[in-house]
Amino acid sequence: MALNKDDVQNIAHLARLAIDEADIPAYAQNLSNILALVEQMSAVDTSGVAPMAHPLEMAQRLREDVVSEENLREHFQQHAPAVENGLYLVPKVIE
Amino acid sequence: MHTKTLAELSAGLAAGEFTSVELTEHFLARIRQHDGRLNSFITVTEEQALAQAREADARRAAAQAGPLTGIPIAHKDIFCTDGVRTSCASKMLDPFIAPYDATVVARFLQAGMVMLGKTNMDEFAMGSSNETSFYGPVKNPWDLACVPGGSSGGSAASVAARLTPAATGTDTGGSIRQPAALCGITGLKPTYGRVSRYGMIAFASSLDQAGPMAATAEDCALLLGAMAGFDERDSTCAEREVPDYHAALGGDLKGLRIGLPREYFGEGLDSQVAAAVETAIAEYKKLGAEVVAISLPNTHLAVPTYYVVAPAECSSNLSRMDGVRFGYRCENPKDLEDLYKRSRGEGFGSEVKRRIMVGAYALSSGYYDAYYLKAQKIRQLISQDFTEAFKQVDVIMGPTAPSAAFRLGEKKDDPVAMYLADIYTIAVNLAGLPGMSVPCGFADGLPVGLQLIGNYFDEARLLNVAHQYQLATDWHRRLPEGF
Amino acid sequence: MMEWETVIGCEIHTQLATKSKIFSGAATAYGAEPNTQACAVDLGLPGVLPVLNKEAVRMALMFGLAVNAEIGKRSVFARKNYFYPDLPKGYQISQFELPIVGKGELSIELEDGQTKVVGITRAHLEEDAGKSLHEDFHGMTGIDLNRAGTPLLEIVSDPDMRSGKEASAYMRKIHALVTYLGICDGNLQEGSFRCDVNVSVRPKGQAEFGTRAEIKNLNSFRFVEKAVEYEVARQIAIIESGGKVIQETRLFDADKGETRSMRSKEEANDYRYFPDPDLLPVIVEDALIEQLRQGLPELPDAKKARFIEAFGLPAYDAAFLTGSRAMADYFEQVVESANCEAKMAANWVMGELSAALNRAELGIEQSPIGASQLAGLIARIADNTISGKIAKEVFEAMWSGEGDADQVIEKKGLKQITDSGAIEAIVDEVLANNAQQVENYRNAEPDKRGKMIGFFVGQIMKASQGKANPGQVNQLLKSKLDN
Repeated sequence: MALNKDDVQNIAHLARLAIDEADIPAYAQNLSNILALVEQMSAVDTSGVAPMAHPLEMAQRLREDVVSEENLREHFQQHAPAVENGLYLVPKVIE
Repeated sequence: MHTKTLAELSAGLAAGEFTSVELTEHFLARIRQHDGRLNSFITVTEEQALAQAREADARRAAAQAGPLTGIPIAHKDIFCTDGVRTSCASKMLDPFIAPYDATVVARFLQAGMVMLGKTNMDEFAMGSSNETSFYGPVKNPWDLACVPGGSSGGSAASVAARLTPAATGTDTGGSIRQPAALCGITGLKPTYGRVSRYGMIAFASSLDQAGPMAATAEDCALLLGAMAGFDERDSTCAEREVPDYHAALGGDLKGLRIGLPREYFGEGLDSQVAAAVETAIAEYKKLGAEVVAISLPNTHLAVPTYYVVAPAECSSNLSRMDGVRFGYRCENPKDLEDLYKRSRGEGFGSEVKRRIMVGAYALSSGYYDAYYLKAQKIRQLISQDFTEAFKQVDVIMGPTAPSAAFRLGEKKDDPVAMYLADIYTIAVNLAGLPGMSVPCGFADGLPVGLQLIGNYFDEARLLNVAHQYQLATDWHRRLPEGF
Repeated sequence: MMEWETVIGCEIHTQLATKSKIFSGAATAYGAEPNTQACAVDLGLPGVLPVLNKEAVRMALMFGLAVNAEIGKRSVFARKNYFYPDLPKGYQISQFELPIVGKGELSIELEDGQTKVVGITRAHLEEDAGKSLHEDFHGMTGIDLNRAGTPLLEIVSDPDMRSGKEASAYMRKIHALVTYLGICDGNLQEGSFRCDVNVSVRPKGQAEFGTRAEIKNLNSFRFVEKAVEYEVARQIAIIESGGKVIQETRLFDADKGETRSMRSKEEANDYRYFPDPDLLPVIVEDALIEQLRQGLPELPDAKKARFIEAFGLPAYDAAFLTGSRAMADYFEQVVESANCEAKMAANWVMGELSAALNRAELGIEQSPIGASQLAGLIARIADNTISGKIAKEVFEAMWSGEGDADQVIEKKGLKQITDSGAIEAIVDEVLANNAQQVENYRNAEPDKRGKMIGFFVGQIMKASQGKANPGQVNQLLKSKLDN
């Protein structure tokens, strides 16, 4: 499946990636090549095959409901890009 | 001192031939002297290393030393290290000082190992040549014009040049085995779930696994023993006892059944690599093993399947890199969307962006069934190939990579050509099996790796199979000139 | 004039009352300083991994059993991918294809006393997001991630409700159920229980649904009713004037009593769901289901039936008193400690106490008069220490914290006069002072006397400051007047 410029822009938006206008043709080409590689899968008959999400047949282990973490706010926020009064700051969110 | 294996260093420390401080100073000096040419380290933690070395010597004086106490190690910069930059070789995490230790890092600290620093890698472990690093490419010590392989290229190159006796790596599609092969060292990717992934920055969660990289299989056995084991912080970590891998070395290979998958010796395999691997197989026969021709019929689907599964998982795993709580944030974002898009657009390199986009596309509505679900089904088929094979054989062997190290820049602009460098290693990750690469010769002066694939949790056997070969050969003893 | 039918489905988010978060060991307590209950996992720091809280699973299963649902014996966590600053990882861990609770049902009581069965589509476990604080931080928004990772059970109903009243009755019933089960504190103000309603209208008799609007985050039963009423009127007005309802998310403005369009979080709503590779399938053993079934508390419907049966209460009273577990527990404790007629306890709880709580806008959990205190008051009526009328005065004093019933009665000298000599003296005095009325009474027809005796009772009660035992007064009067 060949991707065009609009496809690349839509995917880049979905993934919140700023892409230089000038780089879009190269992305379109590379992504199309990758998808062409991946397309080999479609030739395989997988009817009746169970999808494999994990390498190991294990069940989820459950944690006891115990508070084990202490407050490390200052430690975690030491290198944060923008913090005030213990809050992480982002540009105004409009709802 | 640096020509000794880790096991020999362990014996030397125990015998009091040298102290950990001496050893650490020696390797730090080597890093200072040689790493300018290799670029294998992103961060060298000299002061901490010496402090840890002093502590290790004190431990030894108090008769509380284990086999790894006092031995230096370097960690791939994908493992979180408390108080030390953990960059994943990305501009995105260049400002990230991890506030905690990865389980693997903590376990090596507990064992008394000395951390020399953090090694270079492909950005977020996405690459097979170590050319996608924000900190520049790593050079192969055997030929500085060649790549060391990737993504654990810094770990492989630094061990090959003996700037460190050992390093950690991670392997999502071959990222321990392929650079180990290209740099002429020994590397092990354990069974998925054998080693905790906690604190290891995720690329593709269902494929990622940490493992040791060192000169020999014996060294890897010592390292794996310290790394492996249950971790309550990782739901996918197996609750299973850790055997004494080092003690399990020994025992001959008489009657060992080695499977040679015909698909691993076909088109695309460099003839000198093929010759080296065949010579190694002949050596195994001499050691008493028998060879069985097998087939892994879905091998050709491994790369396509991987390039759906891995990007899909990475597109989601890397969403947390958003410039809000840690890491890189763009200058003066004008609104929230701008903050996200520019922080991520500027923070990630182009290969990472490509993979995120492929993944987002494969998961998007309307394409999920054709890509992600399909890939999961083929993953099942690939895994079943191995299950069938292991009914007939004890270990599978073949080349680790289709060629020896290629030149810097050779495949950089052709992602698909690059992806095929992992054609023999990727299926192992999809199945979750353990795999190793062991030096087995040279092609035009560049190292060649023999790949060994074992059954689930069969690392002890795998390590011994590699160890017996290394007792009979000396490829693992060869060192690159000039270091 | 076209007749319209309203169709409503609800999605209720209940915060589960666990001590720690669904995937981390951070506390869930409400109201802590910003980001002091957000650990590395909740912050989505690089390298961290989720581990599932056992209690959250048990609580979800208890709900499933309480609504007779199919239990998902193998449920799977999936990632719902979207970017939002209160969502640290860039995805929410939720359940998509295989929820832990499948189809079930719940009956609700309608105003006319009828019951109606509402289908439960599913209920699934997920993690809550953090909070965005919009006070001004130099034109920035502040992010508090304390709530991030709090376990939620999202309960999805079938589109079975046909009015705002039905929707609020459903919400009340779910509220009663989760608080009975003790799996949610039910605190609407703190956001522990939030309802999204999907509202659409269609011409009566039409089979297919109209286009729906989703009204988000309603945190009061009354708001649900109001929001639905407003939304139905809005949609009908649009359609009747030739317009089309668009599918969108709306917010309810409680001050204005109207809904308004909300900018969608991710315009395309392409959440790219896929199974979370960091978590494994949750397998529920039959033994656990059985154990939880045995341990289920008495649920509202069963309790109501028992109140009618065992206490002889009218259905209305039983429904009222079982409206919440706290109310029912309070009532039962009153009956038990007062050792009185259940109806008398019911009257006090539903009458005086509920009225006072409503005036003070308090829940029964916050009642200044505890169940045993109220029982103490009722016991004094039952044993004739005080009359019902005096009891109200005592109740007021108890409400204002003047002590328990006996203390108030003692302090204020409200004890009923039961000494027959003392009562007779008052009766004699009243009769002597009202000779004319005595004469009139004696001359009256017997069937008129009943009314006339009230005058004397009133005078006697007045003279005794309400403390004379009314029964004794009546008896004495009759014997003196009729002889």
